[in-house]
Amino acid sequence: MLSADANLTGLENVELFARLFDVPRKNRKERVAGALDAMGLTEAAGRLAGTYSGGMIRRLELAQALINAPRLLVLDEPTVGLDPIARGVVWEYIARLREEHHMTVLMTTHYMDEADAYCDRVALMHRGAIRTTGRPGDLRAGLGDGATLDDVFRYYTGDTLADNPPEEGGIRDVRRARRTARRLG
Amino acid sequence: MTYAAPGAPPAASVEPPVAADSLAAGVGRLTSRIVTLCWVELRKIRHDRTELYTRAIQPALWLLIYGEVFTHVRAIPTPDGIPYLDYLTPGILAQSALFIAIFYGIQIIWERDAGVLTKLMVTPTPRSALITGKAFAAGVRSLVQGVVVVIIAAILGVALTTNPLKLIAAAIILVLGSAFFSCLSMSIAGLALARDRLMGIGQAITMPLFFSSSALYPITVMPGWLRAVSLVNPLTYEVEALRALLIGTSTVLWLDSLVLLSATIASITCAALLLPRLANR
Repeated sequence: MLSADANLTGLENVELFARLFDVPRKNRKERVAGALDAMGLTEAAGRLAGTYSGGMIRRLELAQALINAPRLLVLDEPTVGLDPIARGVVWEYIARLREEHHMTVLMTTHYMDEADAYCDRVALMHRGAIRTTGRPGDLRAGLGDGATLDDVFRYYTGDTLADNPPEEGGIRDVRRARRTARRLG
Repeated sequence: MTYAAPGAPPAASVEPPVAADSLAAGVGRLTSRIVTLCWVELRKIRHDRTELYTRAIQPALWLLIYGEVFTHVRAIPTPDGIPYLDYLTPGILAQSALFIAIFYGIQIIWERDAGVLTKLMVTPTPRSALITGKAFAAGVRSLVQGVVVVIIAAILGVALTTNPLKLIAAAIILVLGSAFFSCLSMSIAGLALARDRLMGIGQAITMPLFFSSSALYPITVMPGWLRAVSLVNPLTYEVEALRALLIGTSTVLWLDSLVLLSATIASITCAALLLPRLANR
């Protein structure tokens, strides 16, 4: 979900969180600038977030999270709705956050290839319950040669799409995501 | 998308711990959040002034057409025979603040839909501080709008006070009134949970609130039942206080302020209690 204030600039979006996290006034400016710089948004900092692309909004959100440098960063579908290039960039920045700030990142995604490539451990969820957990490599190996994480997912969830009644709120969530995506960029 | 989990930040960026239990720290934090959210509001007004201009049209029409006409007709008795336009101005000032505040809850629903609200709520900001901050932000917006209305009134020749103390007091009353109605709006938002529903409810209650107050006519000309409604309508107290401060009519100013202040505290509490409904979806 995209969550930045479209009516504030990138800089103001980050400064808001610096203020809410009680960053002392004397190093606020520096911290905000640092977070924006780390996410490659220094040049766009003065523009309204409403003019940002989807990938830039994600990076802006990461910059906001960077302000209080949490030990655990929870990301809800950080790459949903992004083109492959923007997705790659977002992953690059997430990797940088993990390395430079020693954060643990807990995230959800529907893209098995991303989970496979970037996550140390995955938990496959289906209809509200965890079906299996493990390292992506181990899970694939457990299924035999040449299996992809997609195959693993199919194996553990055990049913086809047609068998699944739509989850409650499914349509509403999709609509909301689309609406937000449209508004923000 | 991003939620910062509560917990100690790494050693490199440890903030001085704030004693949550001390009253001074609580007040300090509340003040800081009010300042922050008012700052956000001012930045937004600065980025987009369209709303400021479009919202000036209605009060301008009320003063220019309704006010001028009824001043000439002399249909509405005013205390001490002051011109009706002068009598009307504080009412219109309160009205434009009401219109801003009563739809302020839309913003919080938008923030909920966009996931901003959850992000705000994981910051060290108590619910009541978040609501109070937003209430004052609505007050700031009303105040900026109020300046526009006062300028229009001054151009029309309304004899408003020039006493700076009275103007400051009027500003405080306007902010309090907006804080009350914006919290009413945020409470409705907490119950309605949808933007269009809130719009509908807002539309439905604005005019009754306006007409049952003393914004357009003195309470003395109202029928008995309307007078009763008017006496429980906080807008009446806001208008009476503004009128006394700006054009010097008589009122019990401490009572008006006390009613407004208590109503505001009650509505902040109510909105803060309903906030979790918005956050849990």
